[in-house]
Amino acid sequence: MARLTDFAEWEQKHHLDKIRELPEFGPTPFVSGPPLGERRVAIVTTSGLHARGDRPFQVGSADYRVIPGDTPAGELIMSHVSVNFDRSGFQEDINVVFPLERLRELNAHGVVGSVSEFHYSFMGAAPIRALEPKARELAALLKKDRVDAVLLTPV
Amino acid sequence: MGALGHYIEREGIPTAQVSLIREQTAAIKPSRALWVPFLLGRPFGAPNEPDFQRRVLRALLSLLGRPVGPVLEDFPEDAPVADDQVGGFACPVSFAPATAKGEGLAQAMRGEIAQLAPWYDIAVKRRGRTTMGVFGMKVEDAASHAAAYLDTEPKPQAVDGLTAGVALKRACDDIKAYYYEAVAAQPGNLSSKAIDDWFWRETAAARVFLAIQQVCVKSSDESLQPLGNLSLIPRAVSHALSTDQPRKEMI
Repeated sequence: MARLTDFAEWEQKHHLDKIRELPEFGPTPFVSGPPLGERRVAIVTTSGLHARGDRPFQVGSADYRVIPGDTPAGELIMSHVSVNFDRSGFQEDINVVFPLERLRELNAHGVVGSVSEFHYSFMGAAPIRALEPKARELAALLKKDRVDAVLLTPV
Repeated sequence: MGALGHYIEREGIPTAQVSLIREQTAAIKPSRALWVPFLLGRPFGAPNEPDFQRRVLRALLSLLGRPVGPVLEDFPEDAPVADDQVGGFACPVSFAPATAKGEGLAQAMRGEIAQLAPWYDIAVKRRGRTTMGVFGMKVEDAASHAAAYLDTEPKPQAVDGLTAGVALKRACDDIKAYYYEAVAAQPGNLSSKAIDDWFWRETAAARVFLAIQQVCVKSSDESLQPLGNLSLIPRAVSHALSTDQPRKEMI
């Protein structure tokens, strides 16, 4: 469960306090695109996932790691600094956090046009404003790869 | 998560995101979001449930076809729970009550690691992978690194290029991954809560972590401060301890 009402009162307060700390984002941007069956899709996760041997995330990390699409699941580990979310699901099946296999299956059935060769990972506990320049940099890379649909997945 | 949606979409790329805390997403107003009623850490619901994961993914992808936004929709299903899933259990590997401190506590953790080794090996074989590896050494080495903080005057071995805090955090993360993966391989289909309860209530490793937290709180090394505050002991455990005096006294 992640219904706020299911959390203990002190935990609800923690999550609601985070809302008060949010910066102002301004108007919501809204970009349209071609039909789903023609789109090229990439996954951007904030789970702190990365290839074994890549630089682990640490407190304050606001940069991203590149996850080549051919990285075997066994070569992906997680160095998110938070200890306040479940990792047993990820340990059992990576698709519960990073559903690349599922996305490929949908691609095979023509639901999406193609799957990007590269996916990306941030760490969700990063300072929000510090993410902006890196997100812009990432957007430029995604455009070069002709990605026109980004799936953002948290933990 | 919602912030990244704003930043990427502002650069001209359509985004759709999973939301785990609806109230936060509603406040951020990203372009397209699918709120899911799942456990934090499980944005696609449940492991080894490919049909369910695919339904969540299809629902998320469908948001990309919406003509106007922002969109915040609710996924209508709860995550599946296997019929045989166990919410609470007794670990078949019997650990001695961990009342020891200092080196005795470190030895108790090493003993647990040895007892869990066959289960860890089974887990790796069955899953074809392990999520251990951020520390980059064997679990026994990670345990020795962490246990050094139990000494009256901690002198942990330096790890090249890492602050003391970063090295300690990575060692502890690997120890925890080892325990979680090993116990999940034991008989029964354990819920995440059962695994959490077992680790934090029954293991010497958890007592080591709690002792380390106190060392970090008092340390003058700034790199250790995050482990004293946030990144070692889950909020739920800290909260439970603050309201559980008998257990608090055991630490």
